[in-house]
This record gives sequence, structure tokens and C-alpha cells, in this order.
Amino acid sequence: MNEIERSTGIEKIETGIKGFDMISEGGLPKGRTTLIAGTSGSGKTIFAVQFLSEGIIKKDEPGVFVTFEESPEDIRKNVISLGWDVAKWEQEGKWAFVDASPVVGEDHIIAGEYDLGALLARIEYAVERVGATRISMDSLGSIFARFSDAGLVRNEIFKIAGIVKQMGVTTIITAERTEEYGDVARFGIEQFVADNVIILRNALEAEKRRRTMEILKFRGTGHQKGEYPFTVTKDTGIVAIPLSGFYMKQHSSTIRISSGNPELDKMCGGGFFRDSIILVSGPTGCGKTMLSAGFAADAARNGDRALILAFEEGREQLFRNAAGWGIDFEQMENDNILKVVCRYPEADILEDHLILIKSIIRDFHPHRVVVDSLSALERVSTVKGFREFVIALTSFIKQQQVAGLFTSTTGEFMGGTSVTEAHISTITDTIILLRYVEMFGEVRRGITAIKMLGSMHEKDIREFYIDGKGMHIGKPFSNVTGILSGHLVFTSRKEMDRIGDLLK
Amino acid sequence: MNKIKLRLYITGKTPKSERTIANLVKICERDLQGLYELQIIDILESPHLAENEKILATPTLIKEVPPPLRRVIGDLSNPEKVLLGLDLSPVLDSNYGKGDKP
Repeated sequence: MNEIERSTGIEKIETGIKGFDMISEGGLPKGRTTLIAGTSGSGKTIFAVQFLSEGIIKKDEPGVFVTFEESPEDIRKNVISLGWDVAKWEQEGKWAFVDASPVVGEDHIIAGEYDLGALLARIEYAVERVGATRISMDSLGSIFARFSDAGLVRNEIFKIAGIVKQMGVTTIITAERTEEYGDVARFGIEQFVADNVIILRNALEAEKRRRTMEILKFRGTGHQKGEYPFTVTKDTGIVAIPLSGFYMKQHSSTIRISSGNPELDKMCGGGFFRDSIILVSGPTGCGKTMLSAGFAADAARNGDRALILAFEEGREQLFRNAAGWGIDFEQMENDNILKVVCRYPEADILEDHLILIKSIIRDFHPHRVVVDSLSALERVSTVKGFREFVIALTSFIKQQQVAGLFTSTTGEFMGGTSVTEAHISTITDTIILLRYVEMFGEVRRGITAIKMLGSMHEKDIREFYIDGKGMHIGKPFSNVTGILSGHLVFTSRKEMDRIGDLLK
Repeated sequence: MNKIKLRLYITGKTPKSERTIANLVKICERDLQGLYELQIIDILESPHLAENEKILATPTLIKEVPPPLRRVIGDLSNPEKVLLGLDLSPVLDSNYGKGDKP
């Protein structure tokens, strides 16, 4: 009975690489060999190093690194900035190099039959010496380049993979690819080496680099399918961003919080839900930042913490404006109930922004998060990348039971929608539209709530004005239609009454 | 004069290893008699030595003295290639020049 049970399930070991264990549904298949294939610069070596590092840091599992390409000295230097002190681990007997990198002047002449028995013996020796349970080999292409007989090298690698498998060691082998979408790896390695194949990509899409990882196959065990974005950050190395892994799992709350504006609360049927995502859309200068400042300030009034992520305005400008509306951000920050983070969207790639935002939220534990504006971030990303970013951010925010208010700038002054809205409107719970309305030679402002999941809300478009004290929401626009589309049609009171009578 | 120092790395006492040793001894006795020192290292017994020398393939024959350093890989079944690979012609020429042979 036990025998059968043991032979049916494939155990996995957690790699410790953030996000990857979720995509792989538990990590790498234990005691097996996994091929990591990718083009040059796709992050193969980092993956290989991180696999061992996380094993040592998180699980105290020693590892052996077989390097065919870079010298151990280079690897030690290159990864220290990622927070991995390989030299220290070597001294502690947790990390062993098998240095198979090319040496200058190492040219050899072949005179007769040979095999790679020495390499195998060295790997076995290193595994025994540190008691390794993990091996990384990086990367195979280099060794094929050094021995002319590719068939022999293939056989030898096959033999090595078989022997480390017998030793019960979980192994990853990296290999080069020449194209992002093509053969799995050069030299036909994947066909004989690995039960499991992972592909790392670093594709150029709309002039932007996008890193993704895809598990192509895990023999005999499950995994998430498709490409998942990842990034390489300074202190943690590879961080994968699983999307389908957690989206839709949130439970929602019925507790309401104030928007900071009593009239707007009324329009939304009593306020926003505590763990909802609110999108505020409108043209520039229409009051989006003011509305979000009010939302953040309301948190402070209730003793809650708010986080403002500003991507459009600098800190001083934001604080000055807020002061103009009677909101003292400075004092709130000193009281540690507000944190304002201003960043240029262009300062990072979107994946890195996401990692940073997540870490700030984790450290600061805000009750409300404002992103002003989301459309500024869209500028630095591809369409697909942006959508993934929004999904990842919203689901993270919801998981933390935090209310998120995002602003989005529309391109047109009158009417119109933004690309941002088209992409994220389905993900948000509430959408507030702010619009300019030109009436009788005057520019006025309108506000309406067009979506409020799980609750009633007003259907009117109401007029509002802004003065030194902030935003004041007034009466609905009465005898005018077509505000949202930007094509106004004025109807006289009499006409309205007549239509009203008809419908009675 | 300084002797030629040869180190042969093998993996275990396999038929291939035995054959390689026999081939090497034959070459040395024929062409390098009295001029060489041979050390045979079994990697299974001393893997750390292979690590230091960064040996991947076996058998590997290494000549360090006299320079230049040379590596020959294989079972040494081709004597001409072995001598060529070890780059010993200057040594042998100078010995001939001293009138060791009539």
C-alpha cells in the first residue's frame, strides 16, 4: 500500500523563489532534473544561483554549483549585490563550486577516446562534501562549445543527470536558446536531460523589455500554465508575479468608509466599501487629486493610515496643493498616519514599481491606498504588462483588506474615456467620473458614480465646484443630456416635463 | 637538464585507464627515455586534485614542465598526436643537438 502511494505522487521542494512556488504549485519536482532554458540575458544564471541561495537561507539545505561559463570569482562578485554572500557559505561548508569554467590557455588536443568521468567524479565529491540536496549547473552551451563531439557530451550529461537523480538531489540545468519563441534549447538537450522544462524570456515588446517565465512541462505533476511576468530586484533576486494564482479569492466586506466628501458618500449609497477598488476618472485639472487627497485625509480623521503613491506630482507641489484645500499632509506624516511616496513612472519598469508598492504596503500597513495616477504608469508599460500590473496590484490590495483609490486621466476635456479605464474597469468595484461640462459659455464640472458593485447608487450627474475649502457637490444637471459623451444636447424644462408626463 | 614532468589523470581502474597507461608508457619509453617523470592520479581517490586542476575529461595528460603547459585528452592511442600535443619538439631537438646520439 505504502509502495503504491509513494510511487503515485511526485513530491516537490519549495525553491524559495518568490512567486515561483505558486506558479509551480509547490516548487520543483524533488530529486529530478529541471531544465531552465532562456536566451542570453534572460536570468538563467540568477535563477540557478537563487535556487541554491534560497535553499541555504530558508531551509539550511546545502548546494553545489557547477559552473561551465563564468568563473566562481565572477559569480561571487555578481551576486553579492543581490544579498547572497556565496564566499561566506563556502566557508561554512554550505556551498561548493565545481569549477568547470574555461581557463585561459587550457586548449587541449584530443588523442583518442575520452569521457567526462572527471566532471562526474568532481560533482559527486562536492555533493558528498557539503551534503548537498540541490545542484545548479550553468550553462550547458558552454561545454558543448569546448568539446567537438556533441554526441559524446550529450551522452555524458545524460549520464550525470541519471546519477544525480539516483543520489536524490534536485537539479537544475540551464541552457541557451537562440530565439524567444522557437526550439526549447540548442543541441537538443531537452529531449534527454529533463523531465521538466522551464523557459525564461526577455522579450522586446513595444520597445520595452518584458521578462516572463513559463513552465513548459513537469512530468507527472501539475503546474500553472502560460507566461508569468517576473522581475529581478536588488535585494531579492527573481520575483515572479503569479496572476491567476490568487485573483478572485478575496472575500468582500460590507463595512463602508467615507470618501471624504459627504455628498459623494450619499451618491454612492453611503460611502465606499472598506476593501473595494475605486477608479476616479477625469480630464486633467478636474479635481482627481483633490478627491484622492480628501479620501486620504478622511482616513486620518478616523485614526486610520493612508498611503499616497504619487506618480504625477512632486512632493512639494502635492503638499502645497493639499494645504490649499485645508489638508496638512506634513502634520499627518509626522503623526505617522500618512505616507506619501512620489516617484517618476519612468524611474523603474512596471514590475519593479509593483514590488516596491507591495513592500511599502506590507511595511506601513495602510488602511487606504491612493495611486495618482494609474494612467501615468501606463505610459511606461505595454498593454499586456499594464493589465497584469493592475490585476496584481488590485488583488494584493484586496487581500490586505485595504481600500484602493486609483485615478485615471482621460485624454479629452469633454467626455471621453481613457485607455486605462478600458483595461481596468472590470476589475474595479466603483467608478467615479469627473467631467467638464460646457454650458452657455462657461466651463462647469460634473460628477457621477457609474458603477457601485453590490450596492445602490445615484444615477444623476451632479454639478460640483471647487473653492478654497475643497470640492462641493451640488444639484444634478437637469435640462442637459450627453455630458459623458461630450456632445451636449440642451432640452428645455417644458420638454423634460412633457417626456416625464408621457412616462407616467 | 630538467626532466619532463607528466601527470596523467584517470577515473578509476577501468580498462580504458589501463589501456591509456600502457599507451603512455610505450610512448615515453620509445621517445622520452630517461627524460621524464610520470605521475598517475586516480580522480576517484583524489577528487580535490582534479578540482584544483579543473579536469573535466578523462583521461587527461598534463605537461607543465618545461613550459608551455599542455593538455592532451583521450586514451593516447595516437602517439604522433600525443607528442605534438605535448609540444616536446624543442626539448627533444636540444637533446639531439648535445650529441647524445651518434
